[in-house]
Formats: sequence, structure tokens, C-alpha cells
Amino acid sequence: MRYSGFKILKEALSGHKGWTPAWRNPDPKSHYDIVIIGGGGHGLATAHYLASKFSQCNVAVLEKGWIGGGNVGRNTTIIRSNYLLDGNEPFYEFSLKLWEGLEQDLNYNAMVSQRGILNLIHSDAQRDAFIRRGNGMILHGAGAELLSADQVRREYPFLNFDDARFPIKGGLAQRRGGTVRHDAVAWGYARAADSRGVDIIQNCEVTGFHIENGTCVGVETTRGYIGAGKVGVAVAGNSSRVMAQAGMRLPIESHVLQAFVTEGLKPVLPGVITFGAGHFYCSQSDKGGLVFGGDIDGYNSYAQRGNLPVIEDVAEGGMALFPGLGRVRLLRMWGGVMDMSMDGSPIIDRTHIDGLYFNGGWCYGGFKATPASGWCFAHLLATDTPHDVAKAYRFDRFRRGRMIDEKGMGAQPNLH
Amino acid sequence: MIINHPLLGPCDAQEFTYLGDARLIDRPDGMAGDAEDAFYHYAYLRDNPAGEHRELWFHEQGDRSWLVVTRNTVTHQITSVELARDVARKQGRGV
Repeated sequence: MRYSGFKILKEALSGHKGWTPAWRNPDPKSHYDIVIIGGGGHGLATAHYLASKFSQCNVAVLEKGWIGGGNVGRNTTIIRSNYLLDGNEPFYEFSLKLWEGLEQDLNYNAMVSQRGILNLIHSDAQRDAFIRRGNGMILHGAGAELLSADQVRREYPFLNFDDARFPIKGGLAQRRGGTVRHDAVAWGYARAADSRGVDIIQNCEVTGFHIENGTCVGVETTRGYIGAGKVGVAVAGNSSRVMAQAGMRLPIESHVLQAFVTEGLKPVLPGVITFGAGHFYCSQSDKGGLVFGGDIDGYNSYAQRGNLPVIEDVAEGGMALFPGLGRVRLLRMWGGVMDMSMDGSPIIDRTHIDGLYFNGGWCYGGFKATPASGWCFAHLLATDTPHDVAKAYRFDRFRRGRMIDEKGMGAQPNLH
Repeated sequence: MIINHPLLGPCDAQEFTYLGDARLIDRPDGMAGDAEDAFYHYAYLRDNPAGEHRELWFHEQGDRSWLVVTRNTVTHQITSVELARDVARKQGRGV
């Protein structure tokens, strides 16, 4: 069923009796050409691009819970492509371009809103670093704009410009950045993939890999054995647990990141802002709630809930930047489990086991990468060669010393 | 989280900084023939279990001792705390 304004009008006049479920709920077949483990944003996007760009329709997506129940439903919904390093920036710019055409491609309203993202500057050294980053972005065609303090003040007059310790000296803006309705991303990809024949199988947890003579030929699941020509794993947060079933140790630790939503307000915050002196980022959802977050808790965790000290730290960052926030009541907060990699950048690569492919290590930046991650993983699965913009995201970069370390922190995952 | 320090008693986890898996105590021999491979595994690869995890915490805002804390990564419950010095000596290091 194609969604359109005409269809809504027609349904409105006929009592909304013609709507059908957006995707089927099939039982697993005994064999697929490609099995994708993980029905989150990245897994569903991979299935969609396999079907739509690489003519691979005999595909299943296996999800242990319900689709979109993991990190694609637990993030702060920001999209941007403001990276510095050559290994990253072309990939994220590719992703942002895909976001710009996503709704037409999927025939689904994902509420992509390019309201702009602004990284605030609080010192001269930081201005130098942001000018360098902005130039890197411009060289890769992403666009960036350096704003003076007065220009920032015109757009965000309510910020704490004259804070004694962290005055706002300007900002680096990417006007094409913004927010997306995150659940709709999962649903839109699921519907589009399903319409091309991809089986989305929920409540189906993978419990083991069948590996014969160094080749992965299928997976054991809670709904029986499923044979596969190729298996792609896209389960960020739980990557180490799943890949341990194939005997692999990964350059990844799992950490918990918390996010927060306030009560709904009238429009106050026009775009996405990030505090450059602490770690705090904030946007306003279309429902009116202020959505914000900060640092990871900093210790290994699979708990999907965090602890109070980080909540205090995030609140302090928010108050330092945006004092009006103190009058707003917090509605809810939650935690998501992140694959924190050893250099802060992701992995999309083959493994040493034939037929087994891996996508993970997204740290806390996986949401914005969803379309490009899906496209590049589909490219790898379908052609056995890496996509041009993802060719730096290899497993062996750690052994070979070719890290993509945006923050220059070294192999200490809780600092990325 | 409260970490029950073996010398100082219960301390807020905020007084500590976190390093990671306690296997980081087992630094390989840099002069050995397989040092390149051993250091790759040591520096970059982790077990990252869901469940019981032995990990290194540094009491930076306290007595500056290193501790080996056994903690469940699913529930955050801490079941054992030892001085990293004692753990390392038991493994034959530092002699």
C-alpha cells in the first residue's frame, strides 16, 4: 500500500477501514540467501538497501525482541555530518544525503527536520579546532558556517553568553543537520524492506552460528535452525555477546549512555545545540519536550539504565549553558547500551569466517549513521567489497595502527 | 554505586576512575618473540561479558590505590573488591 495525501483523504471518508499492517509477521523459512541478525535501524536499513539497490530479496532480519526496541528507539534523534577525519567525514556526509531523500525513498514520513546543529565555542583554542573541523567538512562538501557570538545571540538569545567560566565566543553551525523521528526510521525501513519480500522475524534470538570448515552456513535461533548463504551481524550494544558465539573477541566494550526528555513546551529551541565546555546536547522534539544527553556513565554495562552521578553532571552542563532549563520538569530518562570501540569509530567488515559479516562499534553516534551504515553493509554483503566511503572501517585497523580516533584518546573506550 | 574498599570501607564510585578489564594487569613481555601479536590482543581486544566482570578502578579522589572490583555488568551489583597489588602479586607479578 502506497501512502499519500489522497490515500489519507480516501480513508478519512471511508472510516479508516482500509489500512493494513505496515509489514507482515512471517514464520522463518529454512534457508535464506542472506540473514541479518538485529532488527534495529542498521539491520532494517541493510535489508532495505539489499532489496532495493542490490536486488537481494531472499533476505531475513532476525530480531530477538521487537523491531526498533533497541538503540534506534533510545537515542536523541540527531543527524549531522560534522566530523574531521578523512575516514569518517565522507561516510557521514553520505549518510546525511541519504537522510535528505529518505522519506521519498521509503514512502514514509520519518519527520526529517533539517533545523541545523550548532556546536558552541568557549575559548580561542576551541575556535581554532572548530575552524579546522569546519574546513574539513567544507572540503568534503558537507558545508559549515562559523558564527560570531553576536550571530549566535541572534538565534539563541536565551543562552548563558556571559558565564564567568565558559562564556560563549561563537559557534560552528551545520545548517543541514537536524533531527528525525527515530521510531519512524525503524518502521519506515521495515515497511519498505517487507514490501520487497524481506522477512522480518521478531521474537527470534540467535543462540549460535553453524560454522563448517571455516564457513558460516546458518544460525541456531529460538525458532529453530535457519540456513544462510551469508550472515550479517548488526547488533550494536550486544556485538561482543553475539560474536563470542562465533569465537571472536572484539575491540569493543559495552557502555551505558543516558538520555532525558522534559515536559512539553511551546517552541523555544530552534535547532540542536551542543555545549563545548562540558558534554551536553539538546534539541526540542516536535511534541515540545526538550531532548538532551551527555556523557556515557563510563564503566562496562549492559543494564539499559544508568546511575545518578551522570544525571547530575548532565544537569549541571545544561544549567551552565541554558539556565532556563532549571524551570522545566524532567519527564523521563533512560539508558541505552553502546558498542564503545577502541578508537571511537565503527566497523563494517568481513570476519575471518567466510560468510560472516560484521557491523558494529557505533559508540554513541549510530543513529545518524543508519542510512549509510545500511547501504554500506548491504554493499559489502552483496558484492563482498567495501563501499568506497566505508573502506576505512576495517577490523585490522587496530592491528595495523590505522585508527580513526576523532578525539585522540587512544584505546580507552570510555573516553571516546 | 558503592565500592567497599578493602582498607577504607564503603566509598562512592564517584571517587574512582575506571580503567577496564582486570586482564590489563597481565601486560605481555615486550621482548618476547610474539610481542607484536600479544600487545594487539592486550591493548585492543576485550571479552566484554554480560554478567560478572573483573575490572580495574583507581581511587583517584582517595588513597590512590588500584582495586580489582568484581561487578555484574547487567545489575551493577558488586560482589568482591581486592587491592590490585594483592591480585598482581598472587599472579606472580612485581617480584
